[in-house]
Amino acid sequence: MSVAEATEAAARVAAPTGTARLTSPGSPDLATHLATFGPLPVRAGPAVLLDELRASGLEGRGGAAFPAWRKLAALPARERARGRRAVIVGNAAEGEPQSFKDATLLRVAPHLVIDGLLTVAAAVDAHSVHLYAQSSVLESVSRALAERRDARSIQLREAADSFISGEASAVVSALAGRSPVPQDRTMRLTESGLGGRPTLLNNVETLAHIALISRFGAAWFRSIGTPSDPGTRLVTVGSDGKSSTVLEIAGGSRLGDVLRFAGIDPGSLSAVLVGGYHGAWLPASALEARLDRQDLAVFGAAPGAGILMGLDARHCPLTVAAAIATYLAGESAGRCGPCVNGLPAMAAVLGRLARGDQDPALAAEVRRLAGLVTGRGSCNHPDGTARFVLSTLTVFAEDVAAHQAGRCRKDHS
Amino acid sequence: MTRDEPRTLLHIDWTRCDGRGLCTEILPELLTRDDWGFPLAPRHGSDVPVPDRLVDAAVEAVALCPRLALSLLQR
Ligand code: SF4
Ligand code: SF4
Repeated sequence: MSVAEATEAAARVAAPTGTARLTSPGSPDLATHLATFGPLPVRAGPAVLLDELRASGLEGRGGAAFPAWRKLAALPARERARGRRAVIVGNAAEGEPQSFKDATLLRVAPHLVIDGLLTVAAAVDAHSVHLYAQSSVLESVSRALAERRDARSIQLREAADSFISGEASAVVSALAGRSPVPQDRTMRLTESGLGGRPTLLNNVETLAHIALISRFGAAWFRSIGTPSDPGTRLVTVGSDGKSSTVLEIAGGSRLGDVLRFAGIDPGSLSAVLVGGYHGAWLPASALEARLDRQDLAVFGAAPGAGILMGLDARHCPLTVAAAIATYLAGESAGRCGPCVNGLPAMAAVLGRLARGDQDPALAAEVRRLAGLVTGRGSCNHPDGTARFVLSTLTVFAEDVAAHQAGRCRKDHS
Repeated sequence: MTRDEPRTLLHIDWTRCDGRGLCTEILPELLTRDDWGFPLAPRHGSDVPVPDRLVDAAVEAVALCPRLALSLLQR
Protein backbone atom coordinates (compact mmCIF):
# COMPACT_ATOMS: atom_id res chain seq x y z
CA MET A 1 0.00 0.00 0.00
CA SER A 2 1.39 3.42 -0.88
CA VAL A 3 1.45 6.22 1.64
CA ALA A 4 -1.35 8.00 -0.18
CA GLU A 5 -3.47 4.86 -0.19
CA ALA A 6 -2.78 4.22 3.47
CA THR A 7 -3.71 7.75 4.46
CA GLU A 8 -6.89 7.46 2.46
CA ALA A 9 -7.71 4.10 4.03
CA ALA A 10 -7.12 5.51 7.52
CA ALA A 11 -9.45 8.36 6.73
CA ARG A 12 -12.14 5.86 5.79
CA VAL A 13 -12.06 4.06 9.13
CA ALA A 14 -14.14 5.79 11.75
CA ALA A 15 -12.75 6.22 15.26
CA PRO A 16 -14.20 3.75 17.77
CA THR A 17 -17.21 5.11 19.61
CA GLY A 18 -18.10 3.94 23.09
CA THR A 19 -15.89 2.49 25.77
CA ALA A 20 -14.46 -0.41 23.77
CA ARG A 21 -11.42 1.13 22.15
CA LEU A 22 -8.36 -1.04 22.78
CA THR A 23 -10.63 -4.03 23.09
CA SER A 24 -12.74 -3.38 19.99
CA PRO A 25 -11.02 -5.74 17.49
CA GLY A 26 -13.00 -8.97 17.27
CA SER A 27 -9.87 -10.96 16.51
CA PRO A 28 -6.14 -10.32 17.01
CA ASP A 29 -5.06 -10.75 13.37
CA LEU A 30 -3.68 -7.96 11.21
CA ALA A 31 -6.60 -7.85 8.78
CA THR A 32 -9.09 -7.29 11.61
CA HIS A 33 -6.77 -4.71 13.14
CA LEU A 34 -6.58 -2.75 9.87
CA ALA A 35 -10.31 -3.03 9.28
CA THR A 36 -11.01 -1.78 12.83
CA PHE A 37 -8.48 1.03 13.13
CA GLY A 38 -7.07 1.63 9.65
CA PRO A 39 -3.32 1.60 8.98
CA LEU A 40 -0.81 3.58 11.01
CA PRO A 41 -0.89 7.16 9.74
CA VAL A 42 2.17 8.59 8.05
CA ARG A 43 4.73 9.13 10.77
CA ALA A 44 4.46 12.50 12.33
CA GLY A 45 7.60 14.23 13.53
CA PRO A 46 8.50 14.07 17.22
CA ALA A 47 7.17 17.56 17.90
CA VAL A 48 3.73 16.71 16.51
CA LEU A 49 3.51 13.46 18.49
CA LEU A 50 4.64 15.24 21.65
CA ASP A 51 2.04 17.98 21.22
CA GLU A 52 -0.75 15.49 20.55
CA LEU A 53 0.21 13.40 23.58
CA ARG A 54 0.36 16.47 25.77
CA ALA A 55 -3.07 17.59 24.60
CA SER A 56 -4.46 14.09 25.19
CA GLY A 57 -3.47 14.02 28.85
CA LEU A 58 -2.51 10.35 28.51
CA GLU A 59 -0.74 9.04 31.59
CA GLY A 60 1.32 5.86 31.83
CA ARG A 61 -0.70 2.74 32.52
CA GLY A 62 2.05 0.70 34.13
CA GLY A 63 1.56 2.03 37.65
CA ALA A 64 3.62 5.19 37.93
CA ALA A 65 1.12 7.30 35.92
CA PHE A 66 3.75 9.62 34.53
CA PRO A 67 2.42 11.82 31.70
CA ALA A 68 3.25 10.03 28.44
CA TRP A 69 4.46 13.16 26.65
CA ARG A 70 6.79 14.15 29.47
CA LYS A 71 8.43 10.77 29.41
CA LEU A 72 9.11 11.15 25.71
CA ALA A 73 10.35 14.68 26.24
CA ALA A 74 12.74 13.41 28.92
CA LEU A 75 15.00 11.90 26.28
CA PRO A 76 17.73 14.50 26.30
CA ALA A 77 18.15 16.22 22.94
CA ARG A 78 21.87 16.54 23.49
CA GLU A 79 22.19 12.75 23.69
CA ARG A 80 20.59 12.49 20.27
CA ALA A 81 22.94 15.16 19.00
CA ARG A 82 25.90 13.16 20.27
CA GLY A 83 24.68 10.20 18.24
CA ARG A 84 23.57 8.12 21.20
CA ARG A 85 20.21 7.07 19.79
CA ALA A 86 17.64 5.85 22.25
CA VAL A 87 16.42 2.38 23.12
CA ILE A 88 12.64 1.93 23.24
CA VAL A 89 11.10 -0.80 25.40
CA GLY A 90 7.49 -1.95 25.52
CA ASN A 91 6.98 -3.32 29.02
CA ALA A 92 4.40 -6.05 29.64
CA ALA A 93 6.13 -7.80 32.54
CA GLU A 94 3.08 -7.43 34.83
CA GLY A 95 4.46 -9.39 37.79
CA GLU A 96 1.56 -8.40 40.05
CA PRO A 97 -0.53 -11.56 40.65
CA GLN A 98 -3.79 -9.55 40.68
CA SER A 99 -3.18 -8.07 37.23
CA PHE A 100 -3.44 -9.49 33.75
CA LYS A 101 -4.68 -6.59 31.67
CA ASP A 102 -1.40 -6.28 29.73
CA ALA A 103 -1.44 -9.99 28.86
CA THR A 104 -5.08 -9.66 27.81
CA LEU A 105 -4.28 -6.64 25.64
CA LEU A 106 -1.47 -8.51 23.90
CA ARG A 107 -3.87 -11.34 23.15
CA VAL A 108 -6.76 -9.15 21.99
CA ALA A 109 -4.98 -6.32 20.16
CA PRO A 110 -1.25 -7.06 19.72
CA HIS A 111 -1.07 -4.89 16.62
CA LEU A 112 -2.06 -1.77 18.54
CA VAL A 113 0.88 -2.32 20.89
CA ILE A 114 3.18 -2.89 17.93
CA ASP A 115 1.87 0.29 16.27
CA GLY A 116 2.53 2.25 19.47
CA LEU A 117 6.07 0.91 19.73
CA LEU A 118 6.78 1.77 16.10
CA THR A 119 5.28 5.23 16.50
CA VAL A 120 7.46 6.08 19.50
CA ALA A 121 10.52 4.46 17.93
CA ALA A 122 10.08 6.47 14.73
CA ALA A 123 9.54 9.72 16.63
CA VAL A 124 12.86 9.41 18.45
CA ASP A 125 14.72 7.65 15.62
CA ALA A 126 15.39 4.75 17.97
CA HIS A 127 18.53 2.66 18.01
CA SER A 128 16.61 -0.51 18.92
CA VAL A 129 13.11 -1.57 19.94
CA HIS A 130 12.27 -4.25 22.50
CA LEU A 131 9.10 -5.89 23.73
CA TYR A 132 9.36 -7.54 27.15
CA ALA A 133 6.46 -9.88 27.87
CA GLN A 134 5.52 -12.91 29.93
CA SER A 135 5.84 -16.39 28.49
CA SER A 136 2.05 -16.81 28.32
CA VAL A 137 1.71 -14.21 25.55
CA LEU A 138 4.91 -14.79 23.58
CA GLU A 139 3.13 -16.98 21.08
CA SER A 140 0.37 -14.52 20.23
CA VAL A 141 2.87 -11.66 20.04
CA SER A 142 5.21 -13.66 17.77
CA ARG A 143 2.30 -14.47 15.50
CA ALA A 144 1.38 -10.79 15.25
CA LEU A 145 4.99 -9.73 14.62
CA ALA A 146 5.28 -12.31 11.83
CA GLU A 147 2.20 -10.88 10.13
CA ARG A 148 3.81 -7.57 9.25
CA ARG A 149 6.99 -6.43 7.61
CA ASP A 150 7.36 -3.12 9.42
CA ALA A 151 7.83 -4.85 12.79
CA ARG A 152 11.01 -6.78 12.01
CA SER A 153 13.06 -4.41 14.12
CA ILE A 154 11.14 -5.35 17.29
CA GLN A 155 13.05 -7.74 19.52
CA LEU A 156 10.76 -9.89 21.65
CA ARG A 157 12.08 -11.07 25.03
CA GLU A 158 10.51 -13.27 27.67
CA ALA A 159 9.93 -11.48 30.96
CA ALA A 160 11.05 -12.92 34.27
CA ASP A 161 8.30 -14.31 36.46
CA SER A 162 8.51 -12.31 39.68
CA PHE A 163 6.57 -9.53 41.37
CA ILE A 164 9.20 -6.87 40.65
CA SER A 165 10.10 -8.08 37.14
CA GLY A 166 8.48 -5.02 35.56
CA GLU A 167 10.54 -2.48 37.53
CA ALA A 168 12.32 -0.33 34.96
CA SER A 169 15.93 -1.06 35.95
CA ALA A 170 15.10 -4.77 36.36
CA VAL A 171 13.78 -4.83 32.79
CA VAL A 172 16.89 -3.12 31.47
CA SER A 173 19.10 -5.53 33.41
CA ALA A 174 17.21 -8.51 31.95
CA LEU A 175 17.43 -7.13 28.40
CA ALA A 176 21.18 -6.75 28.90
CA GLY A 177 21.35 -10.47 29.67
CA ARG A 178 21.88 -10.01 33.39
CA SER A 179 19.77 -10.98 36.36
CA PRO A 180 16.22 -9.50 36.16
CA VAL A 181 16.46 -7.58 39.43
CA PRO A 182 16.44 -3.83 40.14
CA GLN A 183 19.76 -2.01 40.00
CA ASP A 184 21.12 0.78 42.12
CA ARG A 185 20.70 3.95 40.12
CA THR A 186 22.34 7.33 40.40
CA MET A 187 21.40 8.29 36.81
CA ARG A 188 18.05 8.24 35.07
CA LEU A 189 17.45 5.48 32.51
CA THR A 190 16.52 8.20 30.02
CA GLU A 191 20.13 9.36 30.38
CA SER A 192 21.87 6.02 30.60
CA GLY A 193 20.06 2.70 30.31
CA LEU A 194 20.54 -0.35 28.11
CA GLY A 195 24.11 -0.40 26.82
CA GLY A 196 24.60 3.08 28.27
CA ARG A 197 22.06 4.49 25.81
CA PRO A 198 19.13 6.70 26.77
CA THR A 199 16.33 4.21 27.39
CA LEU A 200 12.59 4.79 27.42
CA LEU A 201 10.20 2.22 28.86
CA ASN A 202 6.50 2.36 28.23
CA ASN A 203 3.80 0.08 29.48
CA VAL A 204 2.13 -1.75 26.58
CA GLU A 205 -1.31 -0.30 27.32
CA THR A 206 0.19 3.19 27.15
CA LEU A 207 1.66 2.29 23.76
CA ALA A 208 -1.70 1.04 22.49
CA HIS A 209 -3.32 4.35 23.50
CA ILE A 210 -0.50 6.20 21.71
CA ALA A 211 -1.31 4.19 18.57
CA LEU A 212 -4.94 5.35 18.76
CA ILE A 213 -4.12 8.95 19.63
CA SER A 214 -1.81 9.22 16.62
CA ARG A 215 -4.70 8.00 14.44
CA PHE A 216 -7.71 9.76 15.90
CA GLY A 217 -6.23 12.65 17.87
CA ALA A 218 -6.20 14.06 21.38
CA ALA A 219 -9.74 15.46 21.27
CA TRP A 220 -11.14 12.04 20.41
CA PHE A 221 -9.08 10.49 23.24
CA ARG A 222 -10.53 12.95 25.75
CA SER A 223 -14.10 12.47 24.56
CA ILE A 224 -14.43 9.70 27.17
CA GLY A 225 -13.34 9.82 30.79
CA THR A 226 -12.94 12.70 33.23
CA PRO A 227 -10.65 15.73 32.87
CA SER A 228 -8.28 14.25 35.47
CA ASP A 229 -8.41 10.76 33.95
CA PRO A 230 -9.19 11.14 30.25
CA GLY A 231 -9.68 8.25 27.85
CA THR A 232 -10.34 4.63 28.67
CA ARG A 233 -8.27 2.30 30.80
CA LEU A 234 -7.93 -1.43 31.22
CA VAL A 235 -8.62 -2.74 34.71
CA THR A 236 -8.30 -6.14 36.30
CA VAL A 237 -11.17 -6.62 38.74
CA GLY A 238 -11.62 -9.48 41.19
CA SER A 239 -12.11 -10.25 44.84
CA ASP A 240 -10.56 -12.62 47.34
CA GLY A 241 -12.21 -15.86 46.39
CA LYS A 242 -13.49 -14.71 42.97
CA SER A 243 -11.20 -14.81 39.94
CA SER A 244 -10.49 -11.59 38.13
CA THR A 245 -11.72 -10.25 34.82
CA VAL A 246 -10.23 -7.60 32.58
CA LEU A 247 -12.48 -4.72 31.50
CA GLU A 248 -12.02 -1.57 29.47
CA ILE A 249 -13.70 1.27 31.33
CA ALA A 250 -14.06 5.03 30.97
CA GLY A 251 -11.44 6.90 32.99
CA GLY A 252 -12.83 8.15 36.29
CA SER A 253 -15.59 5.53 36.49
CA ARG A 254 -17.08 5.00 39.93
CA LEU A 255 -15.57 2.06 41.78
CA GLY A 256 -18.96 0.58 42.65
CA ASP A 257 -20.01 0.62 38.99
CA VAL A 258 -16.78 -1.06 37.90
CA LEU A 259 -17.29 -3.81 40.48
CA ARG A 260 -20.88 -4.39 39.44
CA PHE A 261 -19.81 -4.43 35.80
CA ALA A 262 -17.40 -7.22 36.74
CA GLY A 263 -20.19 -9.16 38.43
CA ILE A 264 -19.17 -8.34 42.00
CA ASP A 265 -21.79 -7.01 44.43
CA PRO A 266 -20.20 -4.02 46.21
CA GLY A 267 -22.56 -4.71 49.12
CA SER A 268 -20.77 -7.99 49.80
CA LEU A 269 -17.42 -6.25 50.38
CA SER A 270 -15.80 -4.59 53.38
CA ALA A 271 -13.20 -2.80 51.24
CA VAL A 272 -11.47 -2.72 47.85
CA LEU A 273 -7.73 -2.79 47.35
CA VAL A 274 -6.92 -0.28 44.61
CA GLY A 275 -3.60 -0.44 42.77
CA GLY A 276 -2.66 -4.00 43.61
CA TYR A 277 -0.37 -5.24 46.35
CA HIS A 278 1.55 -1.95 46.40
CA GLY A 279 -1.74 -0.07 46.59
CA ALA A 280 -4.16 1.05 49.28
CA TRP A 281 -7.59 0.06 50.58
CA LEU A 282 -10.80 1.99 50.07
CA PRO A 283 -13.46 1.12 52.67
CA ALA A 284 -16.92 -0.02 51.50
CA SER A 285 -18.29 3.39 52.48
CA ALA A 286 -16.09 5.01 49.80
CA LEU A 287 -17.07 3.00 46.75
CA GLU A 288 -18.81 5.98 45.18
CA ALA A 289 -15.32 7.41 44.63
CA ARG A 290 -14.12 7.69 41.07
CA LEU A 291 -11.17 5.73 39.83
CA ASP A 292 -9.08 8.84 39.23
CA ARG A 293 -6.19 10.48 40.94
CA GLN A 294 -8.22 13.17 42.65
CA ASP A 295 -10.79 10.95 44.35
CA LEU A 296 -8.29 8.26 45.31
CA ALA A 297 -5.64 10.59 46.73
CA VAL A 298 -7.59 10.93 50.00
CA PHE A 299 -6.92 7.25 50.62
CA GLY A 300 -3.32 7.33 49.46
CA ALA A 301 -4.35 5.31 46.41
CA ALA A 302 -4.06 5.95 42.66
CA PRO A 303 -5.46 4.27 39.56
CA GLY A 304 -1.98 2.86 38.91
CA ALA A 305 -2.08 -0.21 36.71
CA GLY A 306 -5.86 -0.50 37.21
CA ILE A 307 -6.01 -3.32 39.71
CA LEU A 308 -9.09 -3.70 41.92
CA MET A 309 -9.43 -6.46 44.48
CA GLY A 310 -12.60 -6.62 46.56
CA LEU A 311 -12.48 -8.03 50.07
CA ASP A 312 -15.40 -10.25 51.10
CA ALA A 313 -16.96 -8.73 54.22
CA ARG A 314 -17.02 -12.14 55.93
CA HIS A 315 -13.24 -12.55 55.69
CA CYS A 316 -10.82 -11.22 58.30
CA PRO A 317 -8.97 -8.36 56.57
CA LEU A 318 -5.89 -8.72 58.76
CA THR A 319 -5.54 -12.37 57.81
CA VAL A 320 -5.81 -11.51 54.11
CA ALA A 321 -3.40 -8.58 54.47
CA ALA A 322 -0.86 -10.63 56.43
CA ALA A 323 -0.85 -13.26 53.69
CA ILE A 324 -0.22 -10.59 51.06
CA ALA A 325 2.52 -8.97 53.18
CA THR A 326 4.18 -12.38 53.59
CA TYR A 327 4.03 -12.94 49.84
CA LEU A 328 5.56 -9.50 49.22
CA ALA A 329 8.33 -10.15 51.75
CA GLY A 330 9.18 -13.30 49.80
CA GLU A 331 9.33 -11.31 46.56
CA SER A 332 12.10 -9.03 47.81
CA ALA A 333 14.89 -9.52 45.31
CA GLY A 334 17.15 -10.34 48.24
CA ARG A 335 19.64 -7.59 47.62
CA CYS A 336 19.02 -4.64 49.92
CA GLY A 337 19.45 -5.16 53.65
CA PRO A 338 16.54 -3.05 54.93
CA CYS A 339 14.17 -4.75 52.42
CA VAL A 340 15.48 -8.29 52.95
CA ASN A 341 15.26 -7.99 56.73
CA GLY A 342 12.52 -5.42 57.18
CA LEU A 343 9.75 -6.82 55.00
CA PRO A 344 9.72 -10.29 56.63
CA ALA A 345 9.88 -8.66 60.08
CA MET A 346 6.94 -6.40 59.25
CA ALA A 347 4.91 -9.26 57.74
CA ALA A 348 5.62 -11.44 60.79
CA VAL A 349 4.32 -8.84 63.26
CA LEU A 350 1.21 -8.28 61.12
CA GLY A 351 0.78 -12.07 61.08
CA ARG A 352 0.89 -12.23 64.88
CA LEU A 353 -1.78 -9.54 65.04
CA ALA A 354 -3.90 -11.43 62.50
CA ARG A 355 -3.59 -14.72 64.40
CA GLY A 356 -4.93 -13.19 67.59
CA ASP A 357 -1.79 -12.27 69.57
CA GLN A 358 -3.16 -9.60 71.93
CA ASP A 359 0.16 -7.88 72.67
CA PRO A 360 -0.96 -4.21 72.59
CA ALA A 361 2.34 -3.06 71.06
CA LEU A 362 1.97 -4.98 67.79
CA ALA A 363 0.21 -2.35 65.66
CA ALA A 364 2.71 0.32 66.64
CA GLU A 365 5.56 -2.06 65.85
CA VAL A 366 4.14 -2.69 62.35
CA ARG A 367 4.02 1.08 61.85
CA ARG A 368 7.58 1.54 63.07
CA LEU A 369 8.89 -1.16 60.71
CA ALA A 370 6.96 0.34 57.80
CA GLY A 371 8.64 3.66 58.47
CA LEU A 372 12.02 1.97 58.77
CA VAL A 373 11.94 0.28 55.35
CA THR A 374 10.43 3.18 53.40
CA GLY A 375 12.87 4.80 50.98
CA ARG A 376 15.62 2.33 51.85
CA GLY A 377 15.87 0.03 48.87
CA SER A 378 17.10 0.14 45.31
CA CYS A 379 13.53 -0.06 44.06
CA ASN A 380 10.17 0.95 45.48
CA HIS A 381 9.23 -2.53 46.70
CA PRO A 382 9.76 -1.66 50.38
CA ASP A 383 7.83 1.60 49.94
CA GLY A 384 4.94 -0.09 48.17
CA THR A 385 4.76 -2.88 50.72
CA ALA A 386 4.85 -0.39 53.60
CA ARG A 387 2.08 1.67 51.96
CA PHE A 388 -0.12 -1.42 51.70
CA VAL A 389 0.50 -2.44 55.30
CA LEU A 390 -0.10 1.07 56.69
CA SER A 391 -3.31 1.35 54.68
CA THR A 392 -4.43 -1.94 56.21
CA LEU A 393 -3.94 -0.63 59.76
CA THR A 394 -5.76 2.62 58.95
CA VAL A 395 -8.75 1.32 57.01
CA PHE A 396 -9.24 -1.72 59.25
CA ALA A 397 -8.62 0.05 62.56
CA GLU A 398 -11.80 -1.53 64.00
CA ASP A 399 -10.59 -4.99 63.08
CA VAL A 400 -7.22 -4.24 64.70
CA ALA A 401 -9.06 -3.22 67.88
CA ALA A 402 -11.23 -6.37 67.72
CA HIS A 403 -8.13 -8.53 67.42
CA GLN A 404 -6.41 -6.84 70.32
CA ALA A 405 -9.54 -7.36 72.41
CA GLY A 406 -9.77 -10.99 71.28
CA ARG A 407 -13.19 -10.59 69.69
CA CYS A 408 -12.73 -10.83 65.91
CA ARG A 409 -15.52 -13.10 64.70
CA LYS A 410 -14.66 -13.07 61.02
CA ASP A 411 -13.48 -15.99 58.93
CA HIS A 412 -9.72 -16.49 59.42
CA SER A 413 -9.19 -19.26 56.88
CA MET B 1 15.94 24.16 46.95
CA THR B 2 16.58 26.65 49.70
CA ARG B 3 20.04 28.07 50.28
CA ASP B 4 20.51 26.18 53.52
CA GLU B 5 19.94 22.75 52.04
CA PRO B 6 23.17 20.83 51.57
CA ARG B 7 24.08 20.31 47.95
CA THR B 8 26.07 17.16 48.61
CA LEU B 9 24.24 13.87 48.98
CA LEU B 10 25.64 10.64 50.34
CA HIS B 11 24.16 7.89 48.20
CA ILE B 12 23.84 4.39 49.66
CA ASP B 13 23.80 1.50 47.20
CA TRP B 14 21.73 -1.00 49.16
CA THR B 15 22.56 -3.77 46.72
CA ARG B 16 26.19 -3.58 47.93
CA CYS B 17 26.00 -2.53 51.56
CA ASP B 18 26.54 -5.38 54.03
CA GLY B 19 25.51 -3.45 57.11
CA ARG B 20 28.68 -3.89 59.18
CA GLY B 21 28.43 -0.20 59.92
CA LEU B 22 31.89 1.28 59.35
CA CYS B 23 30.29 4.40 57.82
CA THR B 24 28.18 4.94 60.91
CA GLU B 25 31.37 5.14 62.99
CA ILE B 26 32.88 7.72 60.63
CA LEU B 27 29.66 9.76 60.38
CA PRO B 28 27.93 9.34 63.75
CA GLU B 29 26.25 12.74 63.39
CA LEU B 30 24.64 11.68 60.12
CA LEU B 31 24.05 7.95 60.38
CA THR B 32 22.80 5.57 63.02
CA ARG B 33 22.17 1.86 62.52
CA ASP B 34 18.82 0.20 62.00
CA ASP B 35 17.61 -3.03 63.67
CA TRP B 36 19.91 -5.06 61.43
CA GLY B 37 22.94 -2.78 61.41
CA PHE B 38 22.34 -0.99 58.13
CA PRO B 39 23.08 2.74 58.01
CA LEU B 40 20.04 4.84 58.83
CA ALA B 41 19.63 8.56 58.41
CA PRO B 42 16.42 9.62 60.15
CA ARG B 43 13.90 10.96 57.62
CA HIS B 44 16.12 10.13 54.65
CA GLY B 45 16.30 7.10 52.41
CA SER B 46 19.08 6.29 49.95
CA ASP B 47 20.32 9.86 49.42
CA VAL B 48 21.39 11.58 52.61
CA PRO B 49 22.10 15.35 52.55
CA VAL B 50 25.58 16.07 53.93
CA PRO B 51 26.11 19.41 55.73
CA ASP B 52 29.29 21.22 54.64
CA ARG B 53 31.13 20.53 57.87
CA LEU B 54 30.69 16.78 57.37
CA VAL B 55 31.72 16.61 53.72
CA ASP B 56 35.32 15.62 54.57
CA ALA B 57 34.11 12.80 56.79
CA ALA B 58 31.70 11.70 54.08
CA VAL B 59 34.55 11.58 51.55
CA GLU B 60 36.45 9.40 54.00
CA ALA B 61 33.47 7.09 54.46
CA VAL B 62 33.15 6.71 50.69
CA ALA B 63 36.83 5.82 50.44
CA LEU B 64 36.78 3.38 53.35
CA CYS B 65 33.50 1.53 52.71
CA PRO B 66 34.70 -2.04 52.15
CA ARG B 67 31.80 -2.79 49.80
CA LEU B 68 32.10 0.35 47.63
CA ALA B 69 28.47 1.00 48.53
CA LEU B 70 28.80 4.74 49.09
CA SER B 71 29.12 7.60 46.64
CA LEU B 72 28.71 11.36 46.75
CA LEU B 73 26.26 13.10 44.43
CA GLN B 74 25.86 16.82 43.79
CA ARG B 75 22.43 18.20 43.26
S1 SF4 C 1 14.47 -2.90 47.53
FE1 SF4 C 1 13.99 -5.06 47.87
S2 SF4 C 1 12.97 -5.72 46.01
FE2 SF4 C 1 13.97 -3.75 45.53
S3 SF4 C 1 16.00 -4.33 44.73
FE3 SF4 C 1 16.26 -4.08 46.92
S4 SF4 C 1 15.96 -6.11 47.80
FE4 SF4 C 1 15.13 -6.15 45.72
S1 SF4 D 1 30.59 1.05 55.40
FE1 SF4 D 1 29.63 0.52 53.43
S2 SF4 D 1 29.07 -1.64 53.60
FE2 SF4 D 1 29.51 -0.89 55.68
S3 SF4 D 1 27.52 -0.29 56.49
FE3 SF4 D 1 28.42 1.53 55.59
S4 SF4 D 1 27.68 1.57 53.48
FE4 SF4 D 1 27.28 -0.47 54.27
